[in-house]
Amino acid sequence: MPSDPGRRPGRRRDDGPRAPWPLRIAAWGGLVFLHVPIVLLAIYAFNTEQSAFSFPPRGFTLKWFAQAAARDDVVAAIVLSLKVAAVATLCALLLGTLAALAMARRTFLGKDVITLTFILPIALPGIITGIALHSVFELGDVTPGFWTIAIGHTTFCVVVVYNNVVARLRRIPPGMIEAAMDLGANGLTAFRTVILPQLATALLAGGILAFGLSFDELIVTTFTAGHDKTLPIWLLNQLGRPRNVPVTNVVALVVMTLTVLPIIGAWWLTRGTEDTRGAIR
Amino acid sequence: VSRRPADGLSTFFYRRRRLYLWLLLTPPLLWFGVVFVGSLCALVWQSTYTFDDFTMQVTPDFTWANYQALARDANLDIVVRTVGMAIAVTLGCVVIGFPIAYYMARYTRGWTRGLFYVGVMLPMWASYIVKAYAWTMILSKGGVVYWIADHSGLRGLLDWLLTLPYIGGNSLSTSNLGRWLVFVYAWLPFMILPMHAAIERVPGNLLEASADLGARPWQSFQSVLLPLAFPGVVAGSIFTFSLTLGDYIIPQLVGPPGLYIGTMVNLQQGSLGNLPLAAAFTAVPIAIISVYLWGARRLGAFDAL
Repeated sequence: MPSDPGRRPGRRRDDGPRAPWPLRIAAWGGLVFLHVPIVLLAIYAFNTEQSAFSFPPRGFTLKWFAQAAARDDVVAAIVLSLKVAAVATLCALLLGTLAALAMARRTFLGKDVITLTFILPIALPGIITGIALHSVFELGDVTPGFWTIAIGHTTFCVVVVYNNVVARLRRIPPGMIEAAMDLGANGLTAFRTVILPQLATALLAGGILAFGLSFDELIVTTFTAGHDKTLPIWLLNQLGRPRNVPVTNVVALVVMTLTVLPIIGAWWLTRGTEDTRGAIR
Repeated sequence: VSRRPADGLSTFFYRRRRLYLWLLLTPPLLWFGVVFVGSLCALVWQSTYTFDDFTMQVTPDFTWANYQALARDANLDIVVRTVGMAIAVTLGCVVIGFPIAYYMARYTRGWTRGLFYVGVMLPMWASYIVKAYAWTMILSKGGVVYWIADHSGLRGLLDWLLTLPYIGGNSLSTSNLGRWLVFVYAWLPFMILPMHAAIERVPGNLLEASADLGARPWQSFQSVLLPLAFPGVVAGSIFTFSLTLGDYIIPQLVGPPGLYIGTMVNLQQGSLGNLPLAAAFTAVPIAIISVYLWGARRLGAFDAL
C-alpha cells in the first residue's frame, strides 16, 4: 500500500500554534449554522401552537406524535420507504460488492469508464436520472410503483457500497490470501475466512449509508413513483398545506432521526479507517 | 488431504483470472448498462422526437427543433438564471466552508475532530426535503430570522437588503437572498468535505519549510496551502454546481417566481407532457457538468474526492 506522508497522524499536532480567533469564530459559527435548522425543527415538533411557524414556540406537547402515529397515510408512507430502502440496499450490497471484488486490485482497459458510470448517478443532477428512468418505464409500458422506485434507488446506492468495500479491500494485504492458500485453503475458504470477516464492517457501513440515501431520496423518486408515496414525497405534498403543520413537523423529525442515527452508526463503524470520507459520496 | 469439488472450482477460477473478473463484473455491468446508461440514451434519443403543440402529442419523428428552442430568449433566461445561482451558491459555499474545512484539518484533534466530522456529516445526510422544509419555517414572516431581526434592531438592515435589485424581494422567503441561503445551507457539507480532504493531505512539513524560509503565516497560507488545497475546492464545486443545476424543489419553495432548469424540466415533462423539450433541457446540465468534470480531472480534483 502506498504510504502518504501527509496522512500520517500525529504530525503537526504536537506544537502547532493555536488557531487565530477569526478562524475559530468562522469555523464554530459555520458548524452552528449547519445545525440551527435541525434544532429548530426538533423544537417545533413539540410546539403547542397549531397553525404557524411563529417564533418563539408557545409551549410543550407530545400530542402531535400521537396524531401522526394514528394517520394511515403517514404509516403507509413510512412502511413503503422502509421496504424500498431495504430492497435497494440489498441489491446495492450485492452489485457493489461484486464490482468492488473485481476492481479493487486490478487495472484493465475500460476500468475508468466503469468507475465513472458508478459515480454518474450521484454526480449528475438527480432530475436527469429521474426523468431518464421515467421515460424508459413509459416506453416499456411499465407501471410505476414499488419496483420502479427500488430500481432507481439501487442505481444510485451502488456507489456508496462500492466505495466502502473497495477502500477496505485495498487495505487487506494480498499476502494474507496467499498465506491462507499456502495453508491449504481453497479460494472459497480463503474468501470466507480471511476476506469476509475483514469486509464485514465495511459492508455494514456501506449498507447503512445506502439505506440512509434511499430512505430520504426525493428527486429521482418523484419521477419513478407513480401514485405511491414514499415518506419524502408525502412531506413534499404537505408543504402547501398549512392545516397539517404539526403532524408534518413530527414526521419531519422522525425522518431526520431515522436517517441520522444509522449514519452516526456507520461513521462509528469505519472511524479511524479513513474510508468514510470516500464512502460519503 | 482429500480434494472436494469446491477445490477444483476454486482452482479453475484461480487459473482463469480474466474469466473470474468478468463473471464478477457481469451483474453490475448489466444493471448499469441496461438501467442507467440505457435510460440515459433513451432520454437523449427522445430529445429528437417531435412534440405537436396543438394535439399535445409526441411523435417519433426526428427533429432538432427542441435544441433550437433552447436558444429562445425565454429559455436562455432560464439557463442564465440557474447558472448564475449555481455560481453564487458555489462562491457562498467556498467562503463559509473554507474556514470550517481549514480549522477541521489543521487545528482540531481528538474529540473536537470527531465533533466537527460528525457535525458536518450529519446535516449532509439529514433528509433533504426536511432541511428545505425547516428553512421555509425559518425564513417565513414571524419566523425566527424576522424575530431575531426585530429584537436586535437589525430589522432596518434586513428590509434594506430586501430592497436591493437581484437579491431582494417582498420578504425573505420570496427573495433570491433567501433562496441562495437555502441552497448554500443544503450543499455546504458537500463543499466542506472535499476541501477538508485536500487540506489534510498537504504535508505539514511543507508549511514548516515555508516558515523556515522566512514566510509569514499568511504568506505560507497563500502561496503553499491555497494552491495545494485548490483541487479540493474544485471537487466540492462539482457537487454544488451539479446539485444546483438539477434542483427543482428549493426554487419552488423559496424565492421569487421564474423557472430554473430543474423546474422547467419538471414542468415540461410533468404537466405539459412535452418530454422531448424536457430531454433537450437536460442536455444543458449534462454539457456543463461534462466540461466541468473534464477540467476538474485535469486539475487533479478527483484525488480530493
